Amino acid sequence: MTVRHVEQVMGTVFSIVADDGAGLPAAVSRLHEIDAKFSTYRADSPVSRMARGEAVDRDPEIAEVLRRCAEVEADTDGAFSAYPAGRLDPSGWVKGWAIEEVDRLLTAAGSRNHLIVGGGDVQARGEAELGRPWTVGITDPLHSDRYAVLVNGRDFAIATSGTAERGAHIIDPATAEPATGFASVTLIGTRIAHTDAYATAVFAMGPERGLEWVEERPGFEAYAVLPDGGTVETAGFARFLAG
Amino acid sequence: MRRAIVTGTATVSGVVLLLGLKPHSDTPLASKGTANNFTINQSDAAGNQPSAPSSSGASGSSGTSPQSGSAPSTSSPPSSAPSSAKSSAKSSAPSSAPAAPKSSAPAPAATTKTVTGDAAVTRYGPVQLAVTFNGKKITQIQVLEYPTETGRDQEINSYAIPQLNQQAMSAQSANIDGVSGATYTSQGYQQSLQSAIDKAGA
Repeated sequence: MTVRHVEQVMGTVFSIVADDGAGLPAAVSRLHEIDAKFSTYRADSPVSRMARGEAVDRDPEIAEVLRRCAEVEADTDGAFSAYPAGRLDPSGWVKGWAIEEVDRLLTAAGSRNHLIVGGGDVQARGEAELGRPWTVGITDPLHSDRYAVLVNGRDFAIATSGTAERGAHIIDPATAEPATGFASVTLIGTRIAHTDAYATAVFAMGPERGLEWVEERPGFEAYAVLPDGGTVETAGFARFLAG
Repeated sequence: MRRAIVTGTATVSGVVLLLGLKPHSDTPLASKGTANNFTINQSDAAGNQPSAPSSSGASGSSGTSPQSGSAPSTSSPPSSAPSSAKSSAKSSAPSSAPAAPKSSAPAPAATTKTVTGDAAVTRYGPVQLAVTFNGKKITQIQVLEYPTETGRDQEINSYAIPQLNQQAMSAQSANIDGVSGATYTSQGYQQSLQSAIDKAGA
């Protein structure tokens, strides 16, 4: 029995479709728990307090997230950082990781096919229905009433970084300047936490370096829309194209 | 109560709708009084029109019409590819809403009903939708209420809400399960929409 759920949390909307909703209550409360701990919008969250330099009880989960952020920072030669503007903000990892937590809890409770969308980042598990892969539309950053492209897949993750809605908001940690080389860049991988964090990093790297960086990463593909409307994709992206 | 009516013609399923409701400080929840009425009518790219209501009581119609070839198909030449990227610079920039015209989708016999979603409270003000279903298919979305407290609200919403409708509807007609985009959220729109879908049992 397919269930659908929409939850407003972490400053965005999570949309969950699952073939078995047994894990849904646990997943939803997990999202709120992560938000309470990691929110940079809630002044009283441990992460906000840490960002202000206050002493906070040691929390193994926060330590783990900061470790992951540091790994991604090293992977990306500094194009991703938990300190994007000099201030602690691990959101670039946390949202994707929260989606993975939903995936884990749904799976543990028996769901084999589900799609979790958190603020435009997607983790797909199994398939939409017997014999039909999940189909995800990538918003055209220059025409938000259109899709740039549709992708199909089973057990995949997809994340898009761009300027369409929020302007040039992704700061390249290397230069401390907003990155403007892409209108948007979409990464496809297998798990959304890395896929999302890498999408942010690739956006900061810009097209020339970013696309090459993705080509060198097994398991990841990229599709980009440039500010002039041109598009570029990695060599293996086409196998995800729908239709 | 400020009201705005935005209508769209088409269809939706469990998409995440992405909307640039950008935060601005000092926006109190919507207050009453000012009228702000406008109507936007649109059809989706497929030219789908709501099926004429037929009154059979059948309720088991499928949620999406059978379609084939609904992937985007127009293409445009790549205009500039990063020079050193080893990536294939192959263009794949279909850009029209991927709702291919369908030829002869049989209209399932179904009843038409309109369900008002819960008013979702957002930090910008309440958002409330009325959703018209023909069977399980959404044929119209009306935005009964949305934040219009400031000029910025109006600017954002007059732009964003029609697009949300468009996106919602084209998504269903193309059988899209989710949307990836670099965006803010749909917040109230999605919430109210989902509650209407839940109430309709669609």
